[in-house]
Amino acid sequence: MSQLVLETKDLSRTYKLAKGASGSGKALRHALIDLNISVNAGDRLGIVGESGSGKTTLVRLLLGLDTPTSGSVEFKGQTLVAGKMPWLRKEVQIVFQDPRSSLDPRMKISEIIREPLVCLGINEDHDARINEVLQSVGLEQAMRERYPHELSGGQRQRVAIARALAPRPTVLIADEPVSALDVLVRDQILELIAELTKNLGITLILVSHDLSVIARLCDRVIVMKDGVVVESGNTRQVFDNPTHAFTRALIAAIPRLPQSL
Amino acid sequence: MSLLEVNNLTIAFGNKKVVDSISFSLDKGARIGLIGESGSGKSMTSLAIMGLLPDTATVSGSITFEGQELIGLSDRDHSRLRGNRIGMVFQEPLTALNPLMRIGKQIAGPLMIHKGQSLKAGLENALELCIKVGLPDPDRILRAYPHQLSGGQRQRIGLAIALACDPALLIADEPTTALDVTVQQEVLNLINTLVQEERSSLVFVTHDLPVVAAMTENVAVMQLGKIVENASVATLFHAPAHEYSRRLISAARSAEDSFSGKGAHQ
Repeated sequence: MSQLVLETKDLSRTYKLAKGASGSGKALRHALIDLNISVNAGDRLGIVGESGSGKTTLVRLLLGLDTPTSGSVEFKGQTLVAGKMPWLRKEVQIVFQDPRSSLDPRMKISEIIREPLVCLGINEDHDARINEVLQSVGLEQAMRERYPHELSGGQRQRVAIARALAPRPTVLIADEPVSALDVLVRDQILELIAELTKNLGITLILVSHDLSVIARLCDRVIVMKDGVVVESGNTRQVFDNPTHAFTRALIAAIPRLPQSL
Repeated sequence: MSLLEVNNLTIAFGNKKVVDSISFSLDKGARIGLIGESGSGKSMTSLAIMGLLPDTATVSGSITFEGQELIGLSDRDHSRLRGNRIGMVFQEPLTALNPLMRIGKQIAGPLMIHKGQSLKAGLENALELCIKVGLPDPDRILRAYPHQLSGGQRQRIGLAIALACDPALLIADEPTTALDVTVQQEVLNLINTLVQEERSSLVFVTHDLPVVAAMTENVAVMQLGKIVENASVATLFHAPAHEYSRRLISAARSAEDSFSGKGAHQ
């Protein structure tokens, strides 16, 4: 059996809503309800769901950026405490949806990739590591001196991937990594994420509303709705034979191309 | 005579042409999709028709709508068409709607401005429009502010505002890109039905090929400011003539294949 990396145990997160949004008193929003998922080393897990399903809340908790209302998240058996485990960022890294907002516009690309190496106290030649990850995401050394606004959307997302990989994480979480990109660039970035995580043996957690993205990269998928997992299993099995009504509705709602002749 | 005729339209910012000598026409009741990636000029084209280009843009060529030349039209005259003869639905309804104004007044707005209706009459018509775009509990919705509604509800409001004055032309610029896929399906169906019922023409701007295929009979493929191919949906998908169209279609097909398990990647 492969090693358990991330595990949630009856994980719940409830937000208090501001008064007045729906009548009087403090309303509660149950973003996650008693969630139990486990991720093994080398897994490629897809998380799919619509807005409000709890995907982002789950990502924040898996990153140790938020405190559960009840239950827990464990990384290799250790319970996460938000803000108290700086070493965790070396292990669990993230690529965000929109690299225009996730990269600091005032920093050069080399500084952007150097930052995690410095902050996490990575003990190796930083310049060599920067060159190495730039190369692995298919960017030329000349990019080191550029600023994010000088790059295309696809190149910026490559930088975000390079930054995430620089500290050699065990787990990479990609939260809608291609939704902000043009159709023709999406393929390349997905291919890159698939290849790098596979070659480096990195566990991948991919969050997307786009089932075709999940189908392409993930062996296993969980379908979330209103804070609970409504269906989970092997990606092909779930998409070919969805058992839950919501999964079926999701699949039916995808606009299709006209059939080829 | 065509309802809308675009001839050699060129839009530039300084030396940079963002739309480069494009031409297309649209008959009454017909539909056209503008498809392309970011920077292809599709949104600039729709903004030019609406007269909403920034002042820094230089525009040449011609856009005639109902026989009237729109290029060089004063903003005052253009505003008589906007929200009246030409309605527009934007991508992100949260920014397209006024956050400080109740929904009722926002829908009644175009009716008061263009049709000279009183607020009372405007609100009565707004109620009917809410029902028409399939909003439940319209009385409550009219009194609500945009932030109190869901994304799908907000886009339905956007559609109600665009259609309030029975426009001859509806421009929808990525109207469902910000929506969840199940909601997208509902909103697309709604646009389909309403455009048909109202006999409006439709310009549908999107980057999403499967969506455009479901919405329009003709598609103009834009790349770097030019229309590289203008064809019927059937021709485009079965025998794309331009290399760029072929690439777009094959990217969409490979996404679909990977989903249905044909393009097994593992």
